[in-house]
Amino acid sequence: MNPIVEISDLHVRFKGERTVHALNGVDIALAQGEVLGLLGESGSGKSVTLRALLRMLPPRRTDLKGSIRVEGRDVMTLDEDALERMRGGTVSMIFQEPMLALDPVYTIGDQIAESVVKHEGVSFAAGRQRALEMLETVRIPSPRRRLDAYPHEMSGGMRQRAMIELALACKPKVLLADEPTTALDATVQIQILLLLRELQREFGMAVIFVTHDIGVAVEISDRIAVMYAGRIVESGTLRDVVKHPSHPYTRGLLASTLHGAHRGTRLQAIPGAPPRLDQAPVGCSFSPRCSQVSSACAVETIPLSDIGNDHRVRCVLAERVLQAG
Amino acid sequence: MSEAEVLAPVSDIGGPAQPLLQVQNLSKHFTVSGGLFARKSVVRAVDDVSLSVDKGEVVGIVGESGCGKSTTARLIIGLIETDEGTILFDGETVGSAISLRELRRRVQMVFQDSYASLNPRLTIEDTIAFGPKVHGVDPEKAREHARDLLRRVGLDPAVFAARYPHELSGGQRQRVNIARALALSPRLVILDEAVSALDKSVEAQVLNLLIDLKEQFGLTYIFISHDLNVIRFISDRIVVMYLGEVVETGPVEALWDRPRHPYTQALFAAMPSLDPDHRTQKPPIAGDPPNPIDPPSGCRFHTRCAFAEPVCSSTVPKLAPTGVALHLAACHMVDPNSGHSLAGSRGPGS
Ligand SMILES: Nc1ncnc2c1ncn2[C@@H]1O[C@H](COP(=O)(O)OP(=O)(O)OP(=O)(O)O)[C@@H](O)[C@H]1O
Ligand SMILES: Nc1ncnc2c1ncn2[C@@H]1O[C@H](COP(=O)(O)OP(=O)(O)O)[C@@H](O)[C@H]1O
Ligand code: SF4
Ligand code: SF4
Ligand SMILES: [Mg+2]
Ligand SMILES: [Mg+2]
Repeated sequence: MNPIVEISDLHVRFKGERTVHALNGVDIALAQGEVLGLLGESGSGKSVTLRALLRMLPPRRTDLKGSIRVEGRDVMTLDEDALERMRGGTVSMIFQEPMLALDPVYTIGDQIAESVVKHEGVSFAAGRQRALEMLETVRIPSPRRRLDAYPHEMSGGMRQRAMIELALACKPKVLLADEPTTALDATVQIQILLLLRELQREFGMAVIFVTHDIGVAVEISDRIAVMYAGRIVESGTLRDVVKHPSHPYTRGLLASTLHGAHRGTRLQAIPGAPPRLDQAPVGCSFSPRCSQVSSACAVETIPLSDIGNDHRVRCVLAERVLQAG
Repeated sequence: MSEAEVLAPVSDIGGPAQPLLQVQNLSKHFTVSGGLFARKSVVRAVDDVSLSVDKGEVVGIVGESGCGKSTTARLIIGLIETDEGTILFDGETVGSAISLRELRRRVQMVFQDSYASLNPRLTIEDTIAFGPKVHGVDPEKAREHARDLLRRVGLDPAVFAARYPHELSGGQRQRVNIARALALSPRLVILDEAVSALDKSVEAQVLNLLIDLKEQFGLTYIFISHDLNVIRFISDRIVVMYLGEVVETGPVEALWDRPRHPYTQALFAAMPSLDPDHRTQKPPIAGDPPNPIDPPSGCRFHTRCAFAEPVCSSTVPKLAPTGVALHLAACHMVDPNSGHSLAGSRGPGS
């Protein structure tokens, strides 16, 4: 099966007063209708990956290398017009802060209608009709009235629903979600997660869902990719990664979660902090914090090894894990 | 060097059985202007909140954003004036038996935003020494103590003492904030979302540190978080707030075993699962928390509660005993005489 999104060996370097090697060889293959949870700590490169996919990085300050394909088309060589058609059309994005995505001076209904008109060339009235249907789809109470509401008149959860609606209005094949539930209250977060899960199935979309929260990733994902210092260090099915984490970083992350940790006992924390990215990493970026580091790790590039069932791990120990079964 | 030479720890007055902090019937209402033509409205940020904290205990306050957690904390340390209520510290009434200034030394606070709470122009060492110097400690001694505290929070003074806040990571800055709070030898530390902005792997380090320091310095904590996992891990007792009120409180095990208030139950059920084979199937409650301006009548949760009956919107449920020691909940299903059709079903003997 051909992946709908295929990213290979993607490098992103920001230049300017300070150089940041944000992505250092990212590979992602997303199948049609699949939900990939992109899990990583702050600064690991999750948002940059999504923005690179939509070519939304500042062109003059960004060095972009590698290949990005959506539906087989090379995104790296698309011109501005083609990119505009792709954004919000084939590929749509939702953010943590809906106020940034929604325009404060237009009503929700008009913004959605506008987007439908732009991408599908239908009349404005047809766009408004679609907006109303969509408000019902994302279960906003009294949808007809909400059509004429401004973003600031809605609660946080409601705005998030409106943004999801805006993103889905043109039936995208790929949805990019950047921590869309992080700013929400717990009881609202779970509602939005389950809504997304349902809509994803209904629309058959492929989704890349960025989060730093393992619990959230478990609720939403079919597959998980764990990111560290601008690389994917482990990927596989949700079950394989959560039940058999094989990269020392993934293991550390899972061990340090508080789920079911015993009160008053010390947590198994990963020591240290993620590396600064002012220089391109050589070898394993996790080695300064890794309890299993050895001389074998001092190689320039560590490949992603497949330890079975498309469960890939970027660690010299992976081969041994494989042999140990 | 002992702390005593620097800033004498406050001695115990009331003895071990005397709660370190008692907050009684605390209220704070803010007046907000509601835009161009709207009349002024009132946010009932904290409404008749009572709680007590024993010596050496960790009390966790949990609830969704805007439910009044931070306002409660700021009322306790006198950062904002109370509308109503009394605060007793080690049995002494704040404002009469002990001064606000004295209270602020005994109670220290650590906030979420580690950057905003540090002065960008002071080195780390000067930041930590600042408070004690203001309280009259010899500057050289204060700096020496600051370096000792840096060591205790896991930052090598040779590396970090001369640095500025922007030269530190979030986790390191939060360690500095903790050291600064400890510099005044407080007895109670209020941690308001103190680990919420940290990455998971760093959050675990800081929680470990807090547990160690509590031991070493004999501290008492009030730990505020919206994250139930953190609250469950660190607390002895939990206070659950909803729209400015305490809806349930009790020892962590009792609460976890059997939450009595439907809101607490919903909060627990809303926690994402970590088990791929048991993902959440249905949201425990619908809708957003209502606006704290004009909160719902009676039980403020009645607009979202599956068990709501007429009595719920007409009568305010009081915190009532559940039958488990120290475990109280404000729901008409707890009080046997409330008139709810399930009255007493979650109360003593149920
Ligand atoms: N426009 C930019 N110019 C310079 N550096 C940038 C830019 N955008 C991102 N970076 C840097 O790239 C790295 C990766 O950033 P990214 O936003 O992808 O992190 P993230 O994984 O999304 O983190 P978070 O969880 O905090 O959102 C960081 O070091 C960040 O500071
Ligand atoms: N200075 C203030 N003026 C007006 N309203 C305030 C002020 N401080 C807090 N509030 C309101 O009081 C309520 C409780 O806020 P807060 O205690 O900060 O909640 P929490 O810490 O639980 O998120 C919120 O509705 C908030 O908007
Ligand atoms: S390659 Fe070496 S240092 Fe890196 S994660 Fe594996 S064992 Fe640890
Ligand atoms: S008092 Fe009524 S509305 Fe409130 S929690 Fe109990 S049953 Fe629900
Ligand atoms: Mg991001
Ligand atoms: Mg707060």
